[in-house]
Amino acid sequence: MSLPMPSLKVVESNDPVAVPKRVALVRPDARATLRRVEERWVMTYPNLILREVICFQVVVIVLAVIALLFNAPLEGIANPLETPNPSKAPWYFLGLQELLHYFPPVVAGVVFPGLVVVALVVIPYAKINLSARPLWSGDKARTRLWVGGAAAFLAVFFALFGCWPIVVPTLLIGAAMFSVYGGQLDGRLRRFLVSVTLPEWIMTWFILVATVLTLIGTFFRGPGWSLVWPWNMYPPA
Amino acid sequence: MNGNAFSFSQLGTLIRGSAVYRSIVRHGTAETNRNRSLVIFENLFLHVHPVKVREKTLKFSHTYWLGGITVSALVVLIATGILLMFYYHPSVPQAYRDMKELKFVVDNGVFYRNLHRWAAHLMVLGALLHMGRVFYHRAYRPPRQFNWVIGVVLLLVTLLLSYTGYLLPWDQLAFWGVSVGTNMAKEAPILGPPLRFLMLGGNIVSENALLRFYVLHCVLLPAALFGFLGVHIWRVRKDGGVQGPPEPPADDEVEP
Repeated sequence: MSLPMPSLKVVESNDPVAVPKRVALVRPDARATLRRVEERWVMTYPNLILREVICFQVVVIVLAVIALLFNAPLEGIANPLETPNPSKAPWYFLGLQELLHYFPPVVAGVVFPGLVVVALVVIPYAKINLSARPLWSGDKARTRLWVGGAAAFLAVFFALFGCWPIVVPTLLIGAAMFSVYGGQLDGRLRRFLVSVTLPEWIMTWFILVATVLTLIGTFFRGPGWSLVWPWNMYPPA
Repeated sequence: MNGNAFSFSQLGTLIRGSAVYRSIVRHGTAETNRNRSLVIFENLFLHVHPVKVREKTLKFSHTYWLGGITVSALVVLIATGILLMFYYHPSVPQAYRDMKELKFVVDNGVFYRNLHRWAAHLMVLGALLHMGRVFYHRAYRPPRQFNWVIGVVLLLVTLLLSYTGYLLPWDQLAFWGVSVGTNMAKEAPILGPPLRFLMLGGNIVSENALLRFYVLHCVLLPAALFGFLGVHIWRVRKDGGVQGPPEPPADDEVEP
């Protein structure tokens, strides 16, 4: 039901002397609709400030209980001559350290994190993020070619490096994207999946990959970065 | 309440009516909307907020309070961090001995160190979840594009703060965790090795690195964080308040 947009002549001046009157023409075949939203506004003090104080108090109480129950880790004094096996970075870098197992250091430590930061920064400036329509709502053949091609390329690329923790989520997300190719609307899950936009699919893929890599690096890597169960991470010498 | 007894609320009224109090806080009690706006308007810190907010944005499902949780964790980190600084020497091996002092000698020392540690994890986690929330609510769209970019910078500063703090206990976990990370930085072409040398004050993680991480952790990175955080929260007001989940278009609305 998309109606032709009314054509407007834009006068390129903000000088009221040069352009004393401005006229917008609305063609009779297009209605100018005004979306009226009745918004209720409330005073920031006390409505918001009080909630912020409560939020802070809850955080303090929860943290205090955790701090009483669990001690922060402290091992022996640092010894540059004695390397623990495995040596691990803090948990938020263990996804990268896990990548180090499959890729050369310059790729895992510099290229991938660099790409992630660049990708995050450009999100609000990329056109696909601003239009944000459901994945299969446009030209289906074209979308199928690009999405299928990209998923297949990523899966093959990471498979060549033996990086299964990325291959498996890639195939899963690809399968989920194609599972609603026909636009089926039966079932709650499908109704939800059919409404997901391309940027949401990409972000979900990224979060899934990052979570899987971090979990493996944190809980399933032992001596020599070998795969172990969490309870065998530091085997008795 | 007993009419003759002197109540706390009367005491409050007396204080708030005094000449000294009125010289500090110029508006009267927040019983009128005018005074309620002045509470925000006339306060250097509170006026990063608007005087009024849209009622629906106060709903839990609009923000899940993730930004608020992250800032709350930051406040806990500042408070406990300052207390820990009173007992900490950024030198080898005294840094590690101070951890033992905190544990066995200082009153509540272990409690404050625990609080600092867990609050740091909460801040990283909160920032990540907040970012996810903003993405799935499409709150990065105009006019909020640049605030998203500031958010990415804040995430990086938060990670650096957590990472520099990780070395300070100078135990095996800290030393080797930081060694693994800085070895990765070495691999960056051209800039990597000199950057690593600058960060560590040498070619290996040593006493120099401990001092540099300490200064970064306690002075430079917090200063950067406060600056960007101030702009971040202030821009929320400038961009029209927090953005909750996207709303479906109205029935008679034509998609552009």
